[in-house]
Amino acid sequence: MYGIKRHIRYDSDRDNNFSDEIMAVPGCENLDHCIQCGTCSGTCPLSIYMDLTPRKVINLTRAGFKDDVLSCHTIWLCSSCYACVCQCPREIGITDIMYALKQRAMREGKYPKGMPTPVLARVFYNTVSNRGRISEIRLVISFLGRAHWQRLIGMWKIGLNLMSSKRFSLKAERMDRPGELQSVLSVINSPNGGVRK
Amino acid sequence: MKYSYFPGCSLKGTGKAYEKSFLAVCKALNIEINELDNWNCCGATAYMSVDEMKALGLSARNLALAEARGLDLVAPCAACYGILIHTWDDMEKYPQRGDQVKAGLDKAGLKYTGKVKVRHPLDVLCNDVGLDKIKEKVKRPLTGLKLASYYGCRILRPIATFDNPENPRSMDDLMEAIGGTPVEYPLKTKCCSASHTGTLPEVGQQMSGILIREMEKRGADIIVTGCPLCQFNLEVFQEPIRKRFPEIRPIPVVSFTQLIAYAFGLGENECCFKNHTVPVQKVIDEKVKPVAAGAR
Repeated sequence: MYGIKRHIRYDSDRDNNFSDEIMAVPGCENLDHCIQCGTCSGTCPLSIYMDLTPRKVINLTRAGFKDDVLSCHTIWLCSSCYACVCQCPREIGITDIMYALKQRAMREGKYPKGMPTPVLARVFYNTVSNRGRISEIRLVISFLGRAHWQRLIGMWKIGLNLMSSKRFSLKAERMDRPGELQSVLSVINSPNGGVRK
Repeated sequence: MKYSYFPGCSLKGTGKAYEKSFLAVCKALNIEINELDNWNCCGATAYMSVDEMKALGLSARNLALAEARGLDLVAPCAACYGILIHTWDDMEKYPQRGDQVKAGLDKAGLKYTGKVKVRHPLDVLCNDVGLDKIKEKVKRPLTGLKLASYYGCRILRPIATFDNPENPRSMDDLMEAIGGTPVEYPLKTKCCSASHTGTLPEVGQQMSGILIREMEKRGADIIVTGCPLCQFNLEVFQEPIRKRFPEIRPIPVVSFTQLIAYAFGLGENECCFKNHTVPVQKVIDEKVKPVAAGAR
């Protein structure tokens, strides 16, 4: 409708179990300690690009506005540098909360369309699960091939530079015995994250 | 001195200069390094975004492999290091969660009790070897070379085990021990945003550009890192970064172990200066003042 959207949130938009579910994830238990001081947003080097500042993400999560936080860019812009966690006066595991939200967004398929980070995460996850190791350049090619093949072509110069400095390798790294890792992972299951069935 | 060694994917790939120089420096200092057999990827931030429990399982497996050997585990990559420490901490704090992971390890005949210590090479060189011993080995001091020690995010956050997370000194001390002159600048532990340069270049390049500009403004001739991802990010994307920050001039970016290897008098095979897109040797030749004969 001409791109017109309601900007005021209704109480009925809330999911009343959501904050409890996130707080049940280890590292996220202090979510409700937040005093909304905004130190996290001020500390975050990437908040200048975020649609919701970290402070807002914390408050919306606590209040149960699940759709808002699972579909925002913010959680995918968090590079998990932990700067906010070290400064938070209420000892909230903000980075862990961002991880919990990312996992939930992945599981429910709610991440913003066109956002490349979740696509990369999925490619990375599959590679490690199958081979036990990743090959950086193969990973980048495989990811850009899926998400942004035009950019892959634009990176030819970087590829050439890497070749001339002998750092360009397409060797497919793998563990000698990936089965040993797979048997460990086969019995570990996450209540919050995990691949969508 | 003996350590187990977790290289991680980067040190076997684009960060091989870091691996080679790290191993060479250890050899020169009589440190025995044993690579873990059949190690797996640490999972980095990407795996953690999909499944945190399995991510914990990945790192716990590496820790269990190290525990079986009874030696401290050295992880030169800051991302691997941070994740290994995070896993160790999580397994302590959340026993219930730990039990599920331990059940997985048990299935593969592995045991984890939390005994293994995870160490960064900066920690090993500063605290186990000691600066005096490093100084003794110096044959080519880097006198006159102004450098920016860059620690990045994960070496000291969120758990700092060996240095001050607000204003770290360990890399600066090491660089001073080999004759270099570290410049002071306030962004030593600010995130370089390496995880975004591939996915969101406009974001990643802006973050890296801010760092490089600041380091140059403070007089640095070269950037020194303790993480292969920071190293790659700050060096390889300089050309596109310069389009956003025209005031930036090309500046070499190396791992701290490469400069130590050079100061120890080791050759190109160990220093790996040719594995760079911005020439390293040229800056060293221009800036380092030759030692007067008989001065050392």
